[in-house]
Amino acid sequence: MPPDIACGRLSDDMLARNFADAHPGLTAEQAALEADRCFYCYDAPCIEACPTDIDIPRFIKAIASKNTAGAARTILQSNILGGSCARVCPTEILCEQKCVHTAIETHKPVRIGALQRFATDWQMAQPAHPFGRAAPTGRHVAVMGAGPAGLACAHRLAMLGHDVTLYDRHTRPGGLNEYGVAAYKLADDFAQKEIDFLFAIGGITYRGGTVLGETLSLATLRQEHDAVFLAIGLSGVRALGLPDESIHGVQDAVAFIEDLRSQPLATTPVGRRVVVIGGGNTAIDAAVQARRLGAEEVTLVYRRGEATMSATEVERDWAQTNGVTLRLWAAPIRLETEAGALTGVTFRRTDPPSVSGTLPGMPPQAPPAEFTLGADMVLKAIGQVFIPDPIAQDQILVENGRLVVDEKGRTTLGGVYAGGDCTAGEDLTVAAVRDGREAAKAIHDDLTLTDLSSSRTGAP
Amino acid sequence: MADLRTNFAGITSPNPFWLASAPPTDKEYNVRRAYEAGWGGVVWKTLGEDPPVVNLSSRYGALQFEGKRLMGLNNIELISDRPLATNIAEIKRVKRDFPDRALIVSLMVPCEEHRWKAILPLIEETGADGIELNFGCPHGMSERNMGSAVGQVPEYVEMVTRWCKQNTRMPVIVKLTPNVTNILMPARAARRGGADAVSLINTIQSVIGVDLDAMAPMPVVGGKGTHGGYCGPAVKPIALRMIGEIARDPEMAGIPISGMGGISNWRDSAEFLAMGSSALQVCTAAMHYGFRIVEDMIDGLSNWMDSKEYATLPDLSGRAVSRFVPWNQLNMKFRTIAQIDQESCVGCGLCHIACEDTSHQAIAKSTGPNRREYSVIDEECVGCNLCAHVCPVDECITMTPQPVDGEMTWLEHPLNPHRLSA
Ligand SMILES: Cc1cc2nc3c(=O)[nH]c(=O)nc-3n(C[C@H](O)[C@H](O)[C@H](O)COP(=O)(O)OP(=O)(O)OC[C@H]3O[C@@H](n4cnc5c(N)ncnc54)[C@H](O)[C@@H]3O)c2cc1C
Ligand SMILES: Cc1cc2nc3c(=O)[nH]c(=O)nc-3n(C[C@H](O)[C@H](O)[C@H](O)COP(=O)(O)O)c2cc1C
Ligand code: SF4
Ligand code: SF4
Ligand code: SF4
Repeated sequence: MPPDIACGRLSDDMLARNFADAHPGLTAEQAALEADRCFYCYDAPCIEACPTDIDIPRFIKAIASKNTAGAARTILQSNILGGSCARVCPTEILCEQKCVHTAIETHKPVRIGALQRFATDWQMAQPAHPFGRAAPTGRHVAVMGAGPAGLACAHRLAMLGHDVTLYDRHTRPGGLNEYGVAAYKLADDFAQKEIDFLFAIGGITYRGGTVLGETLSLATLRQEHDAVFLAIGLSGVRALGLPDESIHGVQDAVAFIEDLRSQPLATTPVGRRVVVIGGGNTAIDAAVQARRLGAEEVTLVYRRGEATMSATEVERDWAQTNGVTLRLWAAPIRLETEAGALTGVTFRRTDPPSVSGTLPGMPPQAPPAEFTLGADMVLKAIGQVFIPDPIAQDQILVENGRLVVDEKGRTTLGGVYAGGDCTAGEDLTVAAVRDGREAAKAIHDDLTLTDLSSSRTGAP
Repeated sequence: MADLRTNFAGITSPNPFWLASAPPTDKEYNVRRAYEAGWGGVVWKTLGEDPPVVNLSSRYGALQFEGKRLMGLNNIELISDRPLATNIAEIKRVKRDFPDRALIVSLMVPCEEHRWKAILPLIEETGADGIELNFGCPHGMSERNMGSAVGQVPEYVEMVTRWCKQNTRMPVIVKLTPNVTNILMPARAARRGGADAVSLINTIQSVIGVDLDAMAPMPVVGGKGTHGGYCGPAVKPIALRMIGEIARDPEMAGIPISGMGGISNWRDSAEFLAMGSSALQVCTAAMHYGFRIVEDMIDGLSNWMDSKEYATLPDLSGRAVSRFVPWNQLNMKFRTIAQIDQESCVGCGLCHIACEDTSHQAIAKSTGPNRREYSVIDEECVGCNLCAHVCPVDECITMTPQPVDGEMTWLEHPLNPHRLSA
């Protein structure tokens, strides 16, 4: 019998509800109340915890004084994707974790993310783009990859007066904002709305359907532009390394999410019983979205304990309140099949003996060393990797599986910069935005401060 | 339980909390509800002559601060806008039904003796316990030569007070306006006129804000605004100062003071009593929350008095007056310095930036293992208290008095060119 994988397990209505905005925006009244909680700290610790170092007290003070335009500008000049960051940032490990209110009452920081969303939503509802462009420099920069890093870089370059061509292999720009992040975090086509807003600055030409290393080489890019920014993210995923991994029903979690983000929910197939393997946010997102598509049983299995899971506590709670079962200390050893069809996954317990049987909901007697979970669908979420193939022909240093850059985002190849997930550092939207912005500044400085006027990116 | 019974210029009430003459005491309906809620007394909304005044629509403006409503309230209302006879009849009924509560009638008629002579018997006949002369209303009525137009001229204050004393046996309380440079001038004039007591403060002339769309002062009445009278928590410091000045003035010695202006809770009440009041009046706090706020005022004051072993109001009244002195009598050798409790500090940096930018650069900043750390540089701290006031954490910064070596006031200070030689 083939595994039970089907579309339309829930009514359209139910699906619409399940994938609506998970945390709707604050009303003006709520924002005013929340903004008044902020102490307006000096040298505020929350700023330091924001990778894009948004001046948080300043923008919150502006919301409190009903200077919403000023609040939005303060946010967006540090982080042009402030709207999506307000929705997707794990604030519990960033700005809000450092909010001094948590020292008075744990778990009661000022809701910085929600306030940021309030201000940026206001801005996006205005007809005019808040930033202008500097006088044209006559320079032309190529940005490869239209995820958060590429978008932030393109916008800042445009602001500084450069012309930008933004390439991506997808038809729609946005990167993981468009097809990776959980649907209910960026509901109502927010990613595209934000891109329209961002492009409104002018000077950015988007060319989708361009594949670096296939339809366009880095060498050509360098020849035709004054600088190149690489922001191609992580296009590979780790495999479990088990036999039959390509069997029907076993899928990469990112591919599953991309499917559901790029087609109507009613036509996105999901298993009746889903097992997700991994301990990061991708695993959580895949598990929760599988549930919300109508999977009856979703189990997330992670090979170690909560302490080493990269999913935050908030995300683990979110998974559990969504009816996902978390099983820790177990590693997959075998995909179970019957007549060539997937039936389940067998795990071996990895727990140190002291941990056995102490987990909530587990039987008190010593558990067997192996157990099998029946599954119609197995989603693999054990990490993404950088695939260097597109730049294999170029003299760029890759180390520990990521492009090597200096503190300004320069790669080892002249005129070529990189940032976002394809370089080392935290794989977060907000970190990608910072990389893009900083690389744009470096490109600008390098192009305008040094005399490169006669040449293209240095290719002879 | 502390005994809160009050005897104010011979007028008794079960507690010192009276509602000030204002909308809460405008008519029988409100006053009955107030008494039922526990108020010890009321000063009836100011009565004038018939025909009654006409009030406008759009009457109040408010000062809000960082999310707090009604830090200050301003109004452009006039005195009672109901016929005199209606008020008189209601006062009579209410007083009959609540004989143990104080009922004072506030009055304002033009500065002619026959007019006062005419109204006083009508009031006396209601059985009210006393009258309060409204020499304070700073808007509308003052333009008609009443209210603060009288209160600002000591001679008028004295004259009208005397007329009243000569024409009634009811106790006369003179309600003073704060819209003067020296509160002692009208206060002493009242006493010369024979006043049995004074009450203060009435409202302060103010423009509460500007409507930036209408481009007119608020509250906007059909496109324009006017100045109003300001009261509520924000005026408390002004009231306390004026009450203290009267209480310590030898010429005013012994005169009962009914204190008001920003009293919002039992603690404010205790402060007003300590500064020399022997009864209290409240308006804005009741307008903000309703009559029920008196419950905590009574309860809180009584609990606090128990904890301090003040058995009766006279034990407490005026306790702080002898310590309210001119600047030149303060000890210049006294020194206090800020102390930060590192346990409760959350690292917000507000103390540092306040001191660094606007005070004496006496709070140093460093980076600790978990948070920014702030510490007082004792030698630089002048003891201004600013940091303790800006710190958002209660009792995190304490001002700590240092051992004092003797006493020296400015009068004796070597740097004082006018020093008194010993
Ligand atoms: C499932 C999932 C959920 C996530 N949820 C969150 C979250 O909630 N919060 C958060 O902060 N972060 C989250 N992240 C991480 C976040 O999405 C990334 O850190 C961020 O998108 C990185 O931005 P980027 O621009 O570097 O790369 P990407 O967003 O990956 O964009 C790279 C772009 O390059 C293009 N590209 C790749 N190769 C080529 C090529 N050869 N030629 C042309 N174009 C190419 C891709 O099409 C893509 O558009 C999540 C990630 C995943 C996978
Ligand atoms: C709307 C309003 C109307 C007032 N009307 C009078 C009045 O008719 N007669 C009077 O003596 N004082 C009047 N006052 C002043 C109050 O009696 C009182 O002196 C003042 O509000 C200060 O007290 P508070 O800070 O508790 O409000 C009025 C105050 C307000 C707010
Ligand atoms: S730490 Fe918290 S209170 Fe302080 S500025 Fe940041 S958000 Fe405001
Ligand atoms: S409080 Fe509001 S409803 Fe009541 S009279 Fe005033 S404006 Fe009207
Ligand atoms: S103001 Fe208070 S909480 Fe803030 S840093 Fe200073 S002592 Fe600490």
